[in-house]
Amino acid sequence: MTARPVAAGLAIDNLSVVYDEFTAVDNVSIRVEPGQSFGIVGESGSGKSTILRAVCGLAPRTAGAVSLVAPPGDRTGALPAPGSREFRRRVQMVFQDPYGSLHPRQTIDRTLAEPLAIHRMGDAETRIERALDEVGLGKGFRFRYPHQLSGGQRQRVAIARALILEPQILLLDEPTSALDASVQAEVLNLLEEMRRRHGLTFVLVSHDLAVVTHMCERLMVMQRGRRVEELSADDLALSRVSDPYTQRLMVASRGFRRGGPEAA
Amino acid sequence: MNGPSVADMLVVDDLRVAFPNREGGMTEAVRGVSFRLGRERLGIVGESGSGKSQTGRAILGLTAPEGRVTANRMEFDGIDLLHSSARQRRALRGGRIAMVLQDPKFSLNPVMSIGDQIVETLDAHARVSRREARDRALETLRQVQIDNPERVFDLYPHEVSGGMGQRAMIAMMLIADPDLLIADEPTSALDVTVQLQLLAILDRLVTDRGMGLVFISHDLRLVSTFCDRILVMYAGKVVEELSAGGLQDAQHPYTRGLVNCLPRLGEHRHPLPTLDRRPEWAL
Amino acid sequence: MSAVNAPSPGGWREWLMSDRPQSRRQAALGRAYGGWRTFSRNRLAMLGLAIVIALLLVALFANQLAPYSPYIGDLRTTRLLPPSAAHWFGTDDQGRDILSRIIHGSRITLFVVVLVAILAAPIGLVVGTVAGYSGGLIDAALMRITDIFLAFPRLILALAFVAALGPGIENAVIAIAITSWPPYARIARAETLTIRQADYIAAVQLMGASPWRIVLRHIMPLCVSSVIVRVTLDMAGIILTAAGLGFLGLGAQPPTPEWGAMIANGRLYVLDQWWVAAAPGAAIFLVSLAFNLLGDGLRDALDPKGVK
Repeated sequence: MTARPVAAGLAIDNLSVVYDEFTAVDNVSIRVEPGQSFGIVGESGSGKSTILRAVCGLAPRTAGAVSLVAPPGDRTGALPAPGSREFRRRVQMVFQDPYGSLHPRQTIDRTLAEPLAIHRMGDAETRIERALDEVGLGKGFRFRYPHQLSGGQRQRVAIARALILEPQILLLDEPTSALDASVQAEVLNLLEEMRRRHGLTFVLVSHDLAVVTHMCERLMVMQRGRRVEELSADDLALSRVSDPYTQRLMVASRGFRRGGPEAA
Repeated sequence: MNGPSVADMLVVDDLRVAFPNREGGMTEAVRGVSFRLGRERLGIVGESGSGKSQTGRAILGLTAPEGRVTANRMEFDGIDLLHSSARQRRALRGGRIAMVLQDPKFSLNPVMSIGDQIVETLDAHARVSRREARDRALETLRQVQIDNPERVFDLYPHEVSGGMGQRAMIAMMLIADPDLLIADEPTSALDVTVQLQLLAILDRLVTDRGMGLVFISHDLRLVSTFCDRILVMYAGKVVEELSAGGLQDAQHPYTRGLVNCLPRLGEHRHPLPTLDRRPEWAL
Repeated sequence: MSAVNAPSPGGWREWLMSDRPQSRRQAALGRAYGGWRTFSRNRLAMLGLAIVIALLLVALFANQLAPYSPYIGDLRTTRLLPPSAAHWFGTDDQGRDILSRIIHGSRITLFVVVLVAILAAPIGLVVGTVAGYSGGLIDAALMRITDIFLAFPRLILALAFVAALGPGIENAVIAIAITSWPPYARIARAETLTIRQADYIAAVQLMGASPWRIVLRHIMPLCVSSVIVRVTLDMAGIILTAAGLGFLGLGAQPPTPEWGAMIANGRLYVLDQWWVAAAPGAAIFLVSLAFNLLGDGLRDALDPKGVK
């Protein structure tokens, strides 16, 4: 690796995503500074995953804008617009379901070679081997098929695939919710290490408050497509929470309480 | 209530479940699990492949046909489950033993309204008039805290949310007034807040009706706050038994590792401790 | 790839079954071997495969295998002889040996089957995957065209094409190919609709892959197996359609030993000289059945979920 790449940030302004009649995301704005890790928390139907999909063009943007944020002091030129080839190289995503995000008929080798071929990046051999080493799999996994891997190993491959293009922003859509607790810890550690080593900007979506506060400095709570509140992980850790919905989520994340509010 | 009065409603001794493997031999998924269950909430916790679900399935008699189930003893209220006929097992299931599975979408019939399915379950186990069946179905829906049972009665499974579907599923199980409920990841597909509502419902039912509950889950935190007793499974065996709230006193390194590797609110541990699986645990 | 990991003779099986392939070649071969193991466990499918291989060999060595000429018979001495040691399947009204004609006819059957498969399957595959992936107007247009073709019975449509193009075996093949792609398009489209929702397609989309690249490299390989299965199962129908066209005099022209045309010819004598029609009938039956069994076996072997 040459010089440490400079991260870009991500700005989402007044984003709305509307499917037919249903408003999945309703006028949400986020600003993620370069190198920051930002979390989005919510339950199903809150629109948290749709935001990520709208950023990278997998969901339609009905209104609003998405743009990259240059690091402070960097005035080298225009940043790529969403949808452009260069934007796609800089912004990559890791999906929730490790069983559905790898092509069932392609070896790990082909899965990792594909992004390099699309972006005409040379030196595929070394890049693939280095990517596998980085995510802790090693060369031995290179020619296996997805069905020969465990869930955690598949998720490592998905992370390698996202990182092989040397992106600056990684969008993480519930990257560990389909994994066992012990595997979750390993994958979270790997993601943190990758972020440190490559100076990445993270946007992490999860239903698990503990995972988000562990991984992110700032987070936004969402409900039914709207933003509930935005706060820092420290606020949350010290229960400095104003909104009742966030408080409910916090209580729920501690587990079951006999005679709790739900029993009423 | 005229159910079993003895403390041990369910006795499982040295349960083993094996499946044929690629080499032509048998691989044991459950390797000698023993426990007794009274009128209490018993949690079985483990990661994928620990054999927790296969344990539940073996008790219900739902092991896949190629699997082989053996045990020294497996009795429900004195009824030998190992040697009872398929018909006896069927009569027990949905009668005195009920089950709730992870995804209500797979367990509910998509072309029958929720109310009709509950009534049908009742018909299968008791002789009641149409009118009475409907009343009892509505009453059960009310018990699982469905606010508007008349409306839900006529809805089809695809028209309700996941949480509502799971409640309907529980209602269907409860109408036969079972003594034992086996729930395999009943809340894992649901949002946390809905999860807790459902657990509260289950909790009340166990207390009010004096039911026994086997709660199978991967979620250590949830199970440890909900159950009276917890069996921790690893590689087909019970490695540790814990009492309610005794998670912090866990002795086995696997259980401790499992507790430690979860991120916690208000704690900064970077990197998270990971689980170092030692081969001797699986012996 | 180098042969560094060439295994010992006894280790071939382990090498192929390995969960840790060391090279692209080993991964591909291991996968093929897994499919073969599933396939070879199905006895009926193996029977079908054996018959199809036998058909191939017969077609290949027709000149060596046929005891007599398929075109020339002796009208004075060998007309309509019943099966005997000299003429195993008897002779026809022109005095030609029926066995020799069936052996040579296998070439025509194979010609029809292979040509239809390489014409129709790719058309169906491309139309179906493109329609399924692009959706919207392109999908609607392509599928309506498919519907038009599907609305007519295949033989009738083939008849119309042959009538327009003129009789002959080549035109019959083209006619059958034109009429048999729509079902493949439907299958490919249905599969594409589920595949395109998958996260692995989303992943290549957001890498910036072009729609053509996604369809050709990521979606089509997953549709190929079900189309292959369907084509194999359709082979019987294709052979029968070709025979039907031959029977109606619109396929192969006399004196070409096409099986369908041979039955049409034997029809005149079916009550007194049954063997004239029975032998080609049995040949059609056997080959159609073989392809059906083969297709069944392939369906299990190519199912991605079944590969362990």
